[in-house]
Amino acid sequence: MSFVLTEEQLAIARTAKHVVREYLPVTQLRALRDDGDPVGLSPDAWRALAEVGVAGMTIAEQYGGAGLGWRELGLVAEECGHTLAATPLLSTTVLGAGAIELGGSDAHKRDWLPRVSRGDALLAFALDEDTRFAPGDIALTATANAGDFVLDGEKQFVLDGHIADAFVVVATGPDDGLSLFLVPAGAEGVHAERRLMVDSRNAASVRFDQVQVAEADALGPIGGAADIVSLLCDRAAAVLAAEMLGGMCEAFDRTLAYLKERKQFGVVIGSFQALKHRTARMFCEIELTKSIVAAALQALDDGADDAPMLVSTAKARASDSYLLVAAEAIQMHGGIGVTDELDIGLFYKRARVAELSFGDAAYHRDRFACLLGY
Amino acid sequence: MRTPAPESEYVWGGRNAVFPNEDARGWLERMAEKGWTAPTWPREYGGGGLSKDEARVLDQEMAALGCRIPLRSFGLWMLGPVLLEYGNEQQKREHLPGIICGDIRWCQGYSEPHAGSDLASLQCRAAADGDHYVISGQKIWTSHADKADWMFCLVRTDPDAPKREGISFILIDMASPGVSVKPIRLISGSSPFCETFFDNVRVPAENLVGKKNAGWTIAKALLAHERALISKLRDARKEEQDTLEDLAAEYIGTDGEHIADPILRDRITRANMDFLCNKLTLRRSAEAVKAGLGPGPETSMFKLYGTELNKVRKELRVLIAGYRGIGWQGPGFTARELTFTREWLRSRANSIEGGTSEIQLNIIAKRVLGLPD
Repeated sequence: MSFVLTEEQLAIARTAKHVVREYLPVTQLRALRDDGDPVGLSPDAWRALAEVGVAGMTIAEQYGGAGLGWRELGLVAEECGHTLAATPLLSTTVLGAGAIELGGSDAHKRDWLPRVSRGDALLAFALDEDTRFAPGDIALTATANAGDFVLDGEKQFVLDGHIADAFVVVATGPDDGLSLFLVPAGAEGVHAERRLMVDSRNAASVRFDQVQVAEADALGPIGGAADIVSLLCDRAAAVLAAEMLGGMCEAFDRTLAYLKERKQFGVVIGSFQALKHRTARMFCEIELTKSIVAAALQALDDGADDAPMLVSTAKARASDSYLLVAAEAIQMHGGIGVTDELDIGLFYKRARVAELSFGDAAYHRDRFACLLGY
Repeated sequence: MRTPAPESEYVWGGRNAVFPNEDARGWLERMAEKGWTAPTWPREYGGGGLSKDEARVLDQEMAALGCRIPLRSFGLWMLGPVLLEYGNEQQKREHLPGIICGDIRWCQGYSEPHAGSDLASLQCRAAADGDHYVISGQKIWTSHADKADWMFCLVRTDPDAPKREGISFILIDMASPGVSVKPIRLISGSSPFCETFFDNVRVPAENLVGKKNAGWTIAKALLAHERALISKLRDARKEEQDTLEDLAAEYIGTDGEHIADPILRDRITRANMDFLCNKLTLRRSAEAVKAGLGPGPETSMFKLYGTELNKVRKELRVLIAGYRGIGWQGPGFTARELTFTREWLRSRANSIEGGTSEIQLNIIAKRVLGLPD
């Protein structure tokens, strides 16, 4: 792999930066929150992103996508991190469309992927059930029933769950293995309820109450979808790590600017060594994060054997670094850092939610050790 | 000469050179004959006269054959490149051949008791006296001063000038009357470090390299060679070590699947992840330089992070080995276990020598982040 970006990748990053800053500035997230917006994201902004190819960036060209890789999508996610952009990039493009591409039938793909690419359809990935990410521990059951299946159970923290057109549901069964089913939001027995999270981004609790699904709506082998789930979670963790990288860079840049402008005791506070050294350490943490995030995304593109190990390192590192940078950003801003008026607190909140999504640092360190056989 | 050399078999050359065996002597002589101890230096001084590309091929071939380094030498690594750039013709003719064949061993006289991180405040005085300078003062942390034949040394030639403008770079024969050397014991035991004292030592004025009072520029050029060397040698050493997880499996055991101590397992994983991230960042920086995108993240970051990682790693080896990792000497411990102890203690100096971590943080804050003084 090469760390140096190609001309095409640089162009993608530039376009993403332009569109995200125009349609999805931090003020937009504030407006969604303060207006109590029932959707929780801007469909217009998402369509604007779709128009420049973001919604279908990793979807094959035959289904209206751009056929690009995770490295490219990571560049977009990084820009989204800078402005805390509320988009369905993870729920719909990475997870929903990804599940359909990996396990869906031709009919599923023809039906959903072009609409996702246009920004017209939203999908949600129903995985977590308890208080944390635990993809190996799924209680929602799929029971065989006269050639079809019945889903029963409840999902938590389903990103964009209250506005999705369909769910990709992770279920245990009919025996021990994992199965994936594509379930329309309007199916009988599906009850989604929005949960307001600290980062003002979308999540929902979704109950699947004796929901009937056809065998034809399985994504991937019934009882044998664990590999697909694992790959999807790796992609989500890597793209999320890229978003976190953008977020920590933004919080850092704003703090650095403040250190050079805020005066106390007659001098700018950035001249104090107690702050300089901590700032320099943050810089180092961010540089390390940049390298591992790029390496993880590229490994996914290359289908490399060590991709899961690199993704776990990227997510663990991004979680620790983002929280460090965002917490220091608050401390170095002083009193104004803990006010709602300043954006810094929004980055801190996002850092916490992103940390817990798709495995926190402790989860990924444990996984790294398991992957290396210790 | 095609097996890795343990530290006890390193060849450093010099008037009192010690060779572990005749093969090592023969290997040095043959390499020196071709000038391949200094492949890129000009032939007229005894160097190999190779281009950079040719030297790279030589390096690769030697590495592929697993050849030992024929000669370890501060003359080769630090002084030579600086003499080639700043020395006069007479100095090059006098000193470069002896460096290349390993006849003369050099040491570095930089730090002083009151000039550590603030090197430019050094006070070792060189007073002009006819066609000589008279040196009086003290150097510290002089590696291998007790075994060296000559020293390249920073001295103060103008005590009234601003501190960086009164320093000169001078070459001193360690056999001169008035030079005395005392080895320093570290917390890890005996060390190559020494204190060197100068009691009115007379040095010919022609031994001054470059212009008088312009030594700080040469000093900095030499430090850049030193930093490049430290990271190169450190990378080469890392590869030889056992992984921490293998050591943990050996000393702590597993519960069938995982290292039995979950807290140490987590700490080992943090160290492994940090090592991986650092390695990738070094590669990213090298690629950026190659692509003409500037130096990338400052080298200070790698000095800072590399040394801190090494400290963590050495400390973990001791914690993994437990009682067997804190033995000092004698029976009851394997040779490897005794290196756990010594290397753990020695590693505490990593973040001090070659510019402390705090100095690296200052450099990042100032040069990379633009924070004001």
